[in-house]
Amino acid sequence: MDTEDKTKKHAGLADRFTHDKIERHTGLMVVLILVVISFGGLVQILPLFSDRDLTEPLDGMEPLTALQLEGRDIYMREGCHVCHTQKIRALRTEVERYGHYSVAGEFVWDHPFMWGSKRTGPDLARVGGRYSDDWQMQHLYDPRSLVPESNMPAYPWLFYRDVDNRHTSRKMRVLRRLGVPYTDEQIESAADDVAGYTEAEALVAYLQQLGTAIPRR
Amino acid sequence: MSTGWSLFVIVVTLGMLGGFTWLVLNTRRIQDPDGANKLNAHEFDGITEYDAPMPEWFTWMFIGSIVFALVYLLLYPGLGNFPGLLGWSSSSALEQDQQRAEARFAPLFERYLRTPVEELAETPQAIRMGQRLFGNYCAQCHGTAAQGSPGYPNLTDGHWAWGGSPEQIRATLVNGRRAAMPAWGPVLGDDGIRDTTEFVISLADRDHDAEAAARGAEHYAQFCVACHGSEGRGNPGLGAADLTTGVYLYGGSRETIAASLRNGRNGVMPAQIDVLDEARIHILTAYVYGLPRRHDSAERE
Repeated sequence: MDTEDKTKKHAGLADRFTHDKIERHTGLMVVLILVVISFGGLVQILPLFSDRDLTEPLDGMEPLTALQLEGRDIYMREGCHVCHTQKIRALRTEVERYGHYSVAGEFVWDHPFMWGSKRTGPDLARVGGRYSDDWQMQHLYDPRSLVPESNMPAYPWLFYRDVDNRHTSRKMRVLRRLGVPYTDEQIESAADDVAGYTEAEALVAYLQQLGTAIPRR
Repeated sequence: MSTGWSLFVIVVTLGMLGGFTWLVLNTRRIQDPDGANKLNAHEFDGITEYDAPMPEWFTWMFIGSIVFALVYLLLYPGLGNFPGLLGWSSSSALEQDQQRAEARFAPLFERYLRTPVEELAETPQAIRMGQRLFGNYCAQCHGTAAQGSPGYPNLTDGHWAWGGSPEQIRATLVNGRRAAMPAWGPVLGDDGIRDTTEFVISLADRDHDAEAAARGAEHYAQFCVACHGSEGRGNPGLGAADLTTGVYLYGGSRETIAASLRNGRNGVMPAQIDVLDEARIHILTAYVYGLPRRHDSAERE
């Protein structure tokens, strides 16, 4: 224990919170650790819920169509986010290469978001409209036929598999509960809207709208 | 952030720092001056444990991090709405960086903007800049060496679907291009497609079936002539290919030409004005304009 003088100075509370005591009482230590961690979280996370810049969609933003939504699920299924990010940082080099840096409002309807964390391939946050539909299709089918240096895998199966439309309406209903403003009509016609499209077409539909809510330059 | 939340952040953050300080100072112990090693009270099977205090430098690290946190929170944004004494923000940092780059490069860009494309295409520095821009914005379709691939024009061979003058290249870059060759399969039928294919091949003086080509010529005169012209020389205003050169965007085999006739072609070049400013488009125009000549001189060497 500490010197006698010191314990006297911090009588009461200090006596109860000595290092020795905390170390010997696991319950007390758990509580104190929880305080440290959760207070950090409370300060970082809680105030964000009240910040409208972070919780409101951009002006004129539209939710994904049924086909784009299915395309997004294929993007997830094929793990595109493992090699491609969807987040342009506020750095000059990135803004020059990819366009306006990403803003929070673009992602409020993303459940879950597809930011990714590793760029084996380029960022895709504003890839929408950058290449033609034909290019996107051929590039998914055989990337090296267009970019010989590319190390992206080919996805030929997307071209003979049709979009599974059994759950499209249900997905949209769930997303509506999470705050995406789908209308009843959109949800009702969802299965028909995606029927007959290949997975590649759905994925390209998703890619072609990425980042188009604000001008690239 | 509202004032309430701002206060919440400030109070909790400073409260935590205060708590840490108190905890570190309160639990801090000094090594006995006489250096005697105390033993802990507990004992298991005759094994006891020294009760040595935490090394002093470690305590100082704790205190140091608390001081660092306070200085950091004073300089940078972190305490609620308090922007920090430096006034730093990621967007203003970006803006400053962009302004620095602008100040550095703007004179060069302005000078290049005033330089005619023909002259700029001979300027080594502009060519190098054009090459970098090409690598980022054009190479995905046209290839890093601008050699193209089926459906994406080779820019080094001097054959221009939409015209190769500086103005035409610039227009292609700025607004993009959208080819509109209709599908003739339903109109011509399988025989008609085969015959017309033979005629298209004959236009480039390749080996062909003369009889079929003669029949195809009639289809051509009826359906194709409006865009590709009576001699098959094409029309850069419409992006209609010159059929006499033997250079084909989608490939020159009978199957590919027949497929083009049957299904039509709607190649798209995306507009670059959404992505690039005038100066960069000007440099790219010069780069692309000079590609065939540089390609030729490289070949000769």
